[in-house]
Amino acid sequence: MTTTSAAVRTSGPALPQARGPLSAAVLHALRGGGADAAALRGDVAAADPFGDDLQLALCACYELHYRGFAGVADDLEWDPDLLALRRDLERVFLAALRAAVAGGDDLAGEIDALLVEHVDAPGVSAHLRKHGELWQFREYIALRSIYHLKEADPQAWVIPRLEGEAKAALVTVEHDEYGAGRGDRMHAQLFADMMRELGLSDDYGHYLDVAPAAVLAEVNLMSLCGLHRSLRGALVGQFAVVELTSSPGSDRLVRAAKRLRCGPATEGFYAEHVEADAVHEQVVRHGIIAPLVAADPAMAADVVFGMQATAVLDERLSEHLLASWAAGRSALLRPLADGRAVPPV
Amino acid sequence: MPADRAPRRVRITGDGPILLEGPVEVDLPDGRRVVSERPVTALCVCGSSKRYPFCDTSHRRRVRAEPEEER
Repeated sequence: MTTTSAAVRTSGPALPQARGPLSAAVLHALRGGGADAAALRGDVAAADPFGDDLQLALCACYELHYRGFAGVADDLEWDPDLLALRRDLERVFLAALRAAVAGGDDLAGEIDALLVEHVDAPGVSAHLRKHGELWQFREYIALRSIYHLKEADPQAWVIPRLEGEAKAALVTVEHDEYGAGRGDRMHAQLFADMMRELGLSDDYGHYLDVAPAAVLAEVNLMSLCGLHRSLRGALVGQFAVVELTSSPGSDRLVRAAKRLRCGPATEGFYAEHVEADAVHEQVVRHGIIAPLVAADPAMAADVVFGMQATAVLDERLSEHLLASWAAGRSALLRPLADGRAVPPV
Repeated sequence: MPADRAPRRVRITGDGPILLEGPVEVDLPDGRRVVSERPVTALCVCGSSKRYPFCDTSHRRRVRAEPEEER
């Protein structure tokens, strides 16, 4: 191992439970046991690219670049053996995403499609608004915490990879996500406030062990695109999808929160996103994408890929949530057992 | 305009809101004054916003997936 510093986090999230050979190997490496990518080639080749084992393994690798885990050496972030293993996992994930999307470079067409509001279209926020039960809303928030407690962090990595107006505009949106200079207004903090209001733990990483692969894959796509300069266009595409579709979805969740009497922090989180993301949509389209593609037209296909890959993963997560709830089942790997609203037994 | 400031940039998007740089106070015809402290504010010009005077994307084209009964 090439660790040069003994710095080890004593606080922070606990390591998750392994979900198969790949995640077990990453967790073994995080505990200081070393990684051997070559010995895992067979397991990598056999893995489901969207399955629990590979997605948790990737998620654990990426977490080294965010907050790390309790008991794990900080310097493992740049351990070459672990990075080699991560690269193999990423190639499988990326190849599966490329195979799952339509591709092309019709950026205007992709954006226009997102700007049409499909009334009565099925979806998680539409379900929660009309029929959702409190236990389902709480499950949704617990699962979304995997991203929202680091909201805007994966996208921050793209800043040094952009230039000029696109960079300035992206920072404008990120500044807003980070509370425009006020820590208590950071969107991740507003999300934590909502979690406590709903009787959920706002400890970073608390729900990682119960988050299914479909949840992890969405965040892994952000980390993948954020950490690779070659995927900067795809990161912008991912960011664009979130910012272009968030306002109507957030409005539905405000209504869900009112109907379920969740409380002011919950209504406030989504109300903030209705207004903020109406602004962000405009800044992303006119301030980031337009100058990015004007300076380098080849970027269009990369942005389209990021948009389509995001849609593929969003669809997978929606299907999982709606199918689980329709069957009266928890969408978590294990139901919440915190004495609050929980699924029927 | 304060002397130490460059002219404030206003963008008329054409298909959506007007974008204003910096925090703004907006005086409404009914005498109310609302404040937006955002780095950029999107001002509704279509009149459909439920958060008027701020844009909530209600200007977007709405389509129904299939002809469905209203319940």
